Amino acid sequence: MPDTGAEARAKLVRRVILDTSIAAVVVIGMGVARGVYSNELMLFNFVMFLALAQGLNIIYGFTGYLPFGYVGFYGAGAYGFSLVVMHLHASALVGMAAAAVAALVLAVILLPLLRLSGAYFAIASMAAAQAVYEVVANPDLENITKGPYGVSLSDVFAPAFSYYIALAILAFTLLLVVWLRNSRFGMSLQAIRDDSVSAAMAGVSVVRGRTIAWLLSALVAGLVGGVFAWHISVFYPDTAFDLNISIFATVFLLFGGATTLCGPLLGVFILYGIYNVIGIAVPQYFEFTYGALIVLLVLFLPNGLVSLLTNRGIRVP
Amino acid sequence: MWRRRGWRAFARHDDEGILDDQGTLHDDTNMLTGAIIAGVVFGLYYTLVGLGLNLVFGVMRIVNLAHGDFLMLGGIAAWFLFTSLGLHPLVSAGLVVVVFVLIGLPIYYLVVPRLLRSRDSEMLSLILFFGVSQMIEAVTTIGLGSTERSLPPRLLGVGPVILFGTRLPKAWIFSAIASAVAVLLVYLYLYRTRLGTLTRAVMVSRDEALATGIDVNFVSAVAFGISLALAGVAGVFAPFILGSITPNMGVAINITAFAVIVVGTLGNPLGTLLGGIIYGVSLMLMQTYLSSWANLLPNLLLIAVLLVRPEGIFGRKVRRA
Repeated sequence: MPDTGAEARAKLVRRVILDTSIAAVVVIGMGVARGVYSNELMLFNFVMFLALAQGLNIIYGFTGYLPFGYVGFYGAGAYGFSLVVMHLHASALVGMAAAAVAALVLAVILLPLLRLSGAYFAIASMAAAQAVYEVVANPDLENITKGPYGVSLSDVFAPAFSYYIALAILAFTLLLVVWLRNSRFGMSLQAIRDDSVSAAMAGVSVVRGRTIAWLLSALVAGLVGGVFAWHISVFYPDTAFDLNISIFATVFLLFGGATTLCGPLLGVFILYGIYNVIGIAVPQYFEFTYGALIVLLVLFLPNGLVSLLTNRGIRVP
Repeated sequence: MWRRRGWRAFARHDDEGILDDQGTLHDDTNMLTGAIIAGVVFGLYYTLVGLGLNLVFGVMRIVNLAHGDFLMLGGIAAWFLFTSLGLHPLVSAGLVVVVFVLIGLPIYYLVVPRLLRSRDSEMLSLILFFGVSQMIEAVTTIGLGSTERSLPPRLLGVGPVILFGTRLPKAWIFSAIASAVAVLLVYLYLYRTRLGTLTRAVMVSRDEALATGIDVNFVSAVAFGISLALAGVAGVFAPFILGSITPNMGVAINITAFAVIVVGTLGNPLGTLLGGIIYGVSLMLMQTYLSSWANLLPNLLLIAVLLVRPEGIFGRKVRRA
């Protein structure tokens, strides 16, 4: 029996409350963890990957575009932050705004890539990220970007404050995903992903939808990159544009299950947790394990962990 | 993991003839022809690098993102056979072809048929072969460490060859000739053998080929094996052209190979030759005149061609990009 308007609204409200409380538990949990557990850098990396995996979820889960070069926005954010802080001696919060602007500008420049699809989009975005890296790391630009020799931002170093800003970015990202999962706009994005022609005929603006998702996703990565630069305060272009960042985020997302709120969270907690147990000492063992895991996932569980439940008709937040 | 090595040294190939005491140029035409000739020589090698990737894409519509890692394995094999048994790279190349074809067949049957049944096999192939690439890289690093390995260039002849007034190392000419022979053999296979004709039938339409009674899986498996063999042979010559072999070189090689085959039309193995030469010549021009920006080239070329002419230079409008 179809829901009446009031019932549907009540159901929607219950869903939003459930999703939001999951997001709140994660954010508060990561905040409390900082007081309890002393390895702050590891916790910070968890927060970063939680946000990055969800940022990738916005573009991949809701529109089907998988940017292998997602790290390009992260690197752009890190360097947007660093350039403003280094050259204009701006405060860290101004730097964060610059990080957001840098990632958004790059996203606008790369908008034409959305004309490509599937593998072509993935590879082209990877090439774009590498192109940005080659520019930033170019020894000819040493006066501006410090080239391959890396940046040092000791003036604004503030590990505690930047950790909480990272948490705020995570909260913002999780709320974006909650909004996309429960809003008309998010539904229209999924309709575009599944069948763009039909969606267009039903009056959904395909280009507008994809553009907004792309910009939001880039914004998240740029903010995370900016807060990374702030928190770490000494880094090299090789670290800020490390392709492994894209790959980790992608694997965490796919492992858990795209389009859901819990999937990417599970992916990060499980896989990045394992990485921190076995991967730090001998990264190759982890590299081998996650390589094998990707192969098995694609072959046997292409929709992620949550599909074990969703295939049985259980809704996963 | 992004770095390419060894090419930069090349831009100074002719410095006695070109640079005077102040380091300024005094013979522009010589430098230009030098760059173009070296570009063609390198282009032949890049054709070999991209050819296998393109063959797999043409036949199976999947992207083997581990292509660069199989190339690396070919290079490691050549290094190992030389240092332990003293085998000449040409002998190693022959061995690599046989072994890699034999490795390719089981990999195909294990992975590809299941992948092709999935909802979006082209996209998922990227992720899957990325996993394969990680496994190869990890195993190689665990087994051999991450040091650079190279082979002495004198193995392929001593002294320069003078080609239209440009001096090039014999090892380059040798590698280019070997690449050209490999490309020719692939052409002969595709156009002069029965299995090759069947392969082209599968390229045109997998479903129709299946309906005609062609053993599509066997044809594809052989194509997959040949593709790995081509990567392996390219790897054998990589120490001479790229300078050295490292376990993590795969990603950079993949971007290069992808740029080459996109420029020269995806799914058209012979277009790869044109793509390779365009790529080689533009790379050498960049290294000669704008050397610190040369690493940007494969990326920009790739993006530009995808956006402006996604079907490639020889392409018909058959694919949706």
